[in-house]
Amino acid sequence: MRRILILDRSVRITFHALQIGSIFLLFSGHNQPGGGFVGGLVAGSAVSLRYLAGGLDEVMRVSRFAPWTILGTGIVVAAVTAAVPVLFGDPVMQASLFELTLPVIGEVKVASPLFFDVGVYLVVVGLVLMVIEAFGDEPQPAPEQLEEAAG
Amino acid sequence: MSALLLLHAVLGLGTVAAGAHLGRRALWVTLVPMAVTLAWIGSALPSLLDGEVREAHAGWVPAMGLGIDLRLDAFGALMTLLVSGIGVLVVLYARWYFPATKEHLGRLAGLLTLFAGAMLGVVWADNLLVLYTCWELTSLTSYLLIGNDHRDPRARAAALHALLVTVTGGLAMLGGFVVLGQAAGTYRLSEILERAPSGSNVTIALLLVLVGVGTKSAQYPFHGWLPGAMAAPTPVSAYLHSATMVKAGIYLLARFAPVYALTGFWRPLVTTVGLVTMILGGLRALRQHDLKLLLAFGTVSQLGFLAVLFGLGTTETVEAGCALLLAHGAFKAALFMVVGILDHQTGTRDLRELPALGAGWPVTKLVMVVSAASMAGLPLVAGFIAKEAAYASVADSGLGARAWILAGLVAGSALTVAYSARFVWGVLRPAGAVSEEGAAPAAEVRETPPPALPFVLPGLVLAALTLVGGLVPRLLDRLVGAADAALVGVDPHTHLALWHGLNLPLLLSAVTIAIGASLFLLRAPLAKVLRTGEVVPSGGDVYLWVLRGLNRVATVVTGVVQNGSLPIYAAVILLFAALAPVVTLFLGDGWTGWPELVDHPGHLPVAALILFSAIAAATNRRRVSAVLFLGLTGYSMAALYVLQGAPDLALTTVAIETLSTVLFILVLRHLPVRFERRSTPQRRIMRLVAAGAVGLSVFVLALAAGGSRTAEPVSQEMVERSYPDGHGRNVVNVILVDFRGFDTFGEITVLAAASIGMVALARAGRRPRRLQVEEPAG
Repeated sequence: MRRILILDRSVRITFHALQIGSIFLLFSGHNQPGGGFVGGLVAGSAVSLRYLAGGLDEVMRVSRFAPWTILGTGIVVAAVTAAVPVLFGDPVMQASLFELTLPVIGEVKVASPLFFDVGVYLVVVGLVLMVIEAFGDEPQPAPEQLEEAAG
Repeated sequence: MSALLLLHAVLGLGTVAAGAHLGRRALWVTLVPMAVTLAWIGSALPSLLDGEVREAHAGWVPAMGLGIDLRLDAFGALMTLLVSGIGVLVVLYARWYFPATKEHLGRLAGLLTLFAGAMLGVVWADNLLVLYTCWELTSLTSYLLIGNDHRDPRARAAALHALLVTVTGGLAMLGGFVVLGQAAGTYRLSEILERAPSGSNVTIALLLVLVGVGTKSAQYPFHGWLPGAMAAPTPVSAYLHSATMVKAGIYLLARFAPVYALTGFWRPLVTTVGLVTMILGGLRALRQHDLKLLLAFGTVSQLGFLAVLFGLGTTETVEAGCALLLAHGAFKAALFMVVGILDHQTGTRDLRELPALGAGWPVTKLVMVVSAASMAGLPLVAGFIAKEAAYASVADSGLGARAWILAGLVAGSALTVAYSARFVWGVLRPAGAVSEEGAAPAAEVRETPPPALPFVLPGLVLAALTLVGGLVPRLLDRLVGAADAALVGVDPHTHLALWHGLNLPLLLSAVTIAIGASLFLLRAPLAKVLRTGEVVPSGGDVYLWVLRGLNRVATVVTGVVQNGSLPIYAAVILLFAALAPVVTLFLGDGWTGWPELVDHPGHLPVAALILFSAIAAATNRRRVSAVLFLGLTGYSMAALYVLQGAPDLALTTVAIETLSTVLFILVLRHLPVRFERRSTPQRRIMRLVAAGAVGLSVFVLALAAGGSRTAEPVSQEMVERSYPDGHGRNVVNVILVDFRGFDTFGEITVLAAASIGMVALARAGRRPRRLQVEEPAG
């Protein structure tokens, strides 16, 4: 695959910015525009940019984990978040609010649906990785070309 | 009663599961529930005969009014006696019939238990749906029992034949049951028969029920499966295919006929089918050399007889039917047992090859002669009593066609006499005598080991009952009379008796026996005449034709419906999706008029952009450009959201459109550049029409949906509850992860499943790449 230097470098730079943006959308989503789904989509777009620049190998370098591991983790996180309230005698998916004091940042309020959103985020990212893994290989010659080659 | 059914089910399933370890001992387990049921019905019999009705209920799906309603009256008691009584004897017999090393005997024993339970369920069920369930369970167990020797392809084919025919009939019957249940407002059989709904719907329902009856009870033209079912081991044939399961149809007929016999088509239809079955079955029986097949066609014939008697539905015919039901159960099971013994001891059941039987066989011969006499309806045995009652009941019925019916019954019975005589002669003939035209004379007394006494004992018990019933019909009278009263609601005035004086029935009996005897004596010329019957297709042939025809139709229909063209699939689906809701919308009063179409000047350019890109996407010939235009539609929609003040919706849309366009193109690289290699104007017009129809329909539906709101929108409440309940100010997100969290969870699960499937498909498609041709150089 022929790589274009400018595209390559600019994607390297924007990729991390986009990742941070997507995580911002994920965390801010509960009170402002955003959320796990949009965050996942943005992260997925960033990954597909990497693909455009460097092909499948470049994408596989993004994550140490296999696409299906990310996808499965997302489902498990969402399922656990949904199930935990039951252990405390609440209905499934009952939302609750935690107030924490973190160093540097100070006081934060964390609503439990955030974890569910993290699950959604991971599923979307995993899905994009899987599509690229499935179809993003070196393109096969189109059937017409195959016919021409055979003829 | 529920406990007894449960006992059958648990022991049956247990025996099937543990069968391999139990071996022949499994049959003792089978004996338990049958014997318990027999003891129970025996203790309950006196009160049941006095007209008591026992009921039991257990909830099933209360919301649908579905309950396991059981009801036992005197007729049910008679059937229970048949099912459990003959069951006990058959199992005892099977203990001697099967070698200890017989394969799958445990499974067979367990299936017999399950069958007995299902059959009791048919007889005891008062809810039509419960009855149907048990009915199909008998079909299923019968299928497994016929195919018990699963390595024999003929057994498998016969099992499938039986299953297809009876289950098809059962399905028709279920349709009839549902219509009847809806018409009557209840699925309780007893209440339906009490209310006796009528009307053209009910007429069709009754026809459907009769189809079920006809298939189960092997009436022409559905009878073909019964002779095939003789592939089952003989104890199974003796139990299922003569004494019990085939009586299930007769049982249902008996329940319905007293109430519905006067419905226009009922009597002509049932009587004609019954008589045809009786006579053709008898003719076929005359042609068989295999004793088991002879008995099978004999059973078909007798089932026709029973169908006529019960189908007429008068007090007297039903009484005669009940008597015949008992007599037939006893003699046919006993005869099957005799055939099994012969087969077991001599290794053949062909009339022409049976050796002459030497010493040690008198008990078997006695059983056979008594039972065959009962089948032929000779005096002093139960069959005679039943046949006399049948003749008398039809003669006195006052029906217009009684002469014809009587003639048919006499003809059928004469045939029965003839094939009974053939059966007896074939087995009893002395050494050297020829059993059949063209057959070798019986072999000199080959040392045929006589059967052990316990092997013959169950048959002997049945023969004894046959004799007692024939000599002292008063013993039968109470049971038969009470069963009749339970069915018809009126106590019969007539009574079963050996001697009614010199009257028409006696004369007819004499004529029957005379014709039958002469048919037997003239069997050599008769055989030649009968051989012409070979031209007539048998039930099995008809079944095969139907099956082949069905396959051919299925091929044609599949070819038309599933033509494999993606554009046509898409066009059909889309056009229906577009037309159906719009048509409904305008047929009803869903259309509320045009709303304000433009309420912001910015809408106009955005709408123009959407229209342009949509039309461009639909008309473009290249896949990639079409997808790009599709993305443009999405971005324009996002602009619309911005104008309407929904930034997060716009954000999500932009992200989705970006990503899906990229993913689309990833996939499209693997496809040809253009949609079609040569696009014709007709196809483009077709596509434009489909696309236009879908677009218009969605447009109209969206307008109608927006204008038809009458209730308070739910979004108001969600906005209010968002922060206090969901701890979030972004309502959309709170809805996604909290209020509608279950939906979201379902969606991400679907996403995961879809992507796994996608990867699997893509990888499967990639495999042949190794064989890929080399790219041509240059």
